[in-house]
Amino acid sequence: MLKDQDRIFTNLYGMHDRTLAGAQARGHWDGTAGLIDKGRDWIIQTMKDSGLRGRGGAGFPTGLKWSFMPKESDGRPAYLVVNADESEPGTCKDREIMRHDPHTLIEGCLIASYAMNAHTCYIYIRGEYIREREALQNAIDEAYEAGLLGKNAAGSGWDFDLFLHHGAGAYICGEETALIESLEGKKGMPRMKPPFPAGAGLYGCPTTVNNVESIAVVPTILRRGADWFAGFGRPNNAGTKLFAISGHVNNPCVVEEAMSIGFEELIEKHCGGIRGGWDNLLAVIPGGSSVPCVRGENMRDAIMDFDYLRGELGSGLGTAAVIVMDKQTDIVKAIWRLSKFYKHESCGQCTPCREGTGWMMRVMDRLVKGEAELEEIDMLWDVTKQVEGHTICALGDAAAWPIQGLIRNFREEIEDRIKAQKTGRMGAMAAE
Amino acid sequence: MLRRLHAEQPESFAFTPANLAWAEGQITKYPEGRQASAVIPLLWRAQEQEGWLSKPAIEAVADMLGMAYIRVLEVASFYFMFQLQPVGSVAHIQVCGTTSCMICGAEDLIAVCQEKIASKPHTLSADGKLSWEEVECLGSCSNAPMAQIGKDYYEDLTAARFGEIIDELAAGKVPVPGPQNGRYGSEPKSGLTSLTEYDSGKTQYNASAQLATDIGDSVKRIDGTEVPLLTPWIGKDGTVAGRDGTAKPPAPAPTPKSAVQQDKDAKAAKPEAAKPEAPKVVPSKELPGQKELAEKKGDWKYEAPKEEAVVADDLKLLKGVGPKLEEKLRAAGVTSFAQIAAWGPDDIAEMDEKLSFKGRIERDGWIEQAQQLASGQETEFAKRAKEDGIYDD
Repeated sequence: MLKDQDRIFTNLYGMHDRTLAGAQARGHWDGTAGLIDKGRDWIIQTMKDSGLRGRGGAGFPTGLKWSFMPKESDGRPAYLVVNADESEPGTCKDREIMRHDPHTLIEGCLIASYAMNAHTCYIYIRGEYIREREALQNAIDEAYEAGLLGKNAAGSGWDFDLFLHHGAGAYICGEETALIESLEGKKGMPRMKPPFPAGAGLYGCPTTVNNVESIAVVPTILRRGADWFAGFGRPNNAGTKLFAISGHVNNPCVVEEAMSIGFEELIEKHCGGIRGGWDNLLAVIPGGSSVPCVRGENMRDAIMDFDYLRGELGSGLGTAAVIVMDKQTDIVKAIWRLSKFYKHESCGQCTPCREGTGWMMRVMDRLVKGEAELEEIDMLWDVTKQVEGHTICALGDAAAWPIQGLIRNFREEIEDRIKAQKTGRMGAMAAE
Repeated sequence: MLRRLHAEQPESFAFTPANLAWAEGQITKYPEGRQASAVIPLLWRAQEQEGWLSKPAIEAVADMLGMAYIRVLEVASFYFMFQLQPVGSVAHIQVCGTTSCMICGAEDLIAVCQEKIASKPHTLSADGKLSWEEVECLGSCSNAPMAQIGKDYYEDLTAARFGEIIDELAAGKVPVPGPQNGRYGSEPKSGLTSLTEYDSGKTQYNASAQLATDIGDSVKRIDGTEVPLLTPWIGKDGTVAGRDGTAKPPAPAPTPKSAVQQDKDAKAAKPEAAKPEAPKVVPSKELPGQKELAEKKGDWKYEAPKEEAVVADDLKLLKGVGPKLEEKLRAAGVTSFAQIAAWGPDDIAEMDEKLSFKGRIERDGWIEQAQQLASGQETEFAKRAKEDGIYDD
């Protein structure tokens, strides 16, 4: 298990002093100017060496992403935009950073912006996080007051402004180009890529969009060294990670752990085990709503990192939002609810997604009740394949994958229900 | 879900002085010419002030930011946090219903809302104090199930506790937000499994609940005086990142007018503008049918074909109708049961006379029979006729 002194978010639960003084006592804002003095190339190289992969779900190497930004300005300003639109069902980790350990994020914004030649950074927080926004803004005000932001930020010689912006309840704004559109004051509809944001993003200027956690871990990585961070987790899955566990465990929680921790260890150490014991585990969604679910028996020995969950289990680490479901759960209904979510949140721009999410939800609606034909399972599978990969952004894929996961792993459950409905007898599951 | 402006709109909207100052401060966050970026924060503050977003509020924000009304309406209708209809005067309750919360009991919470507030979402309670809706994931999944009330999250709820909270709100009290089961924040309920050294110097509540109790504005209509206005990004010399931070947003139009008023004014100012202008693009040659269309233009309108396409039924299945009468009926344009079923007394009299049925229609009960057959049911006679094949050649 990760030791407390190796944890980056030492005030994750907010039980310690949450002010700037408290953050400094825990080692944040220590020698920030010195880190910036070491130069852009050193920062980006260290981030590459650390092996940090983006914490927003896709897992793209952060250092590499930064290196796409233009080295020399062509007259346009560059922007860092922090994606704090945490809306993926199951995910509630960035909230803890922003309300309880905000200075990790603010310091990270300064350093990352400097590395990308940006004098301005916008943090886009989801609209529902109203107290979190107030807490983060208070911390930003404190940092300005102390000279850590603004002209010659933290004595580094770099002029830097950090602005907090908020949304108003649209999941799609977690997609980077939709977020940029929203930040420009428009409907949050994703843009076609290319051009990529690093070429033309916010206001048509070079922009990098990073997740809160990706930015908040930067100062500690730079202070303690790339090797320290890379020392956790398996190769290509480096570092520590915030896990958010919800659903049917005895003690749901958010916790920072080393990457590649075993699922069983994670649950036993921090969550007090599965409700009703391990034999009662039905299914797990290991990375937020957009990844396929995994059968319980395959999950017990799983390793919680990008490569294992994708390679071995056909799922993904996503945002490390672990949703645990025990055998009392109606799994078909649980996935139906996600279909309803995606139907609600489709921005309506691309036809396959706009129409497909509604279509998939309606079929799922009938599968929940068993009022369907057996062939419709394959038909539904077919439609998910027609939505997947045929839209501008990944919301179409995200809507398709949970259903594919359900059919792949729980086909017999759906079939039982249809057969039971046809014969008028109760299914084996319903009789329990 | 269709999101439209409410049928009943207030006369006007104006930010309170403190909210206006706040709004002007927000606009300085964005580069010159990019004031539109502030549209969501400004709309949100308008909603915080009034409880919901009215048409005058949308137009006032558009005027402040120099945006077209339609652009702001687009934003207001796209983002689900904007309430386009009045909400409860005390609080609007938003229950998270997405999977993590659902499997932890969100449906029970919704049932509580249905029982205590209104059976349907977005509907005011009988006393007008409360309203509710189910929303998508609110990002507090480790504290499921939960609901947002006003600015705050009430987490780790049970149906019983949620019912108490609603009762307290209706009675004018505001319960302390945050976890309702004794947890501090998102740590394991049984006790800390990490960061044990850092359990020191904590405030009474976690950051969210502490702010709520300190400021005390959970369900308040915000007028901007709750917290002091800070704009630290505006330097002492009045500049933001090298540009003039004190610059006011573009001056609003001298008298902000509604879209309807603008349209009226425009028409009144130059009535000749109503005349159609010559088309800018002229086709090189006349297209087929163009002339006819041009002649029709103005008074032409689409008319549905009068004759209904009806499926011909076997009218002989009506007791009292044989091949001969069927022929007569067909000749008179009667081909389906549905047509006969729809006959009223006048129709019956007309047909009786026209085809000299001598009262058979009523005597044999054609109408009732036709009604049954048209709705897909069988009559006794039709069943026998089919079985016996009496009309088969």
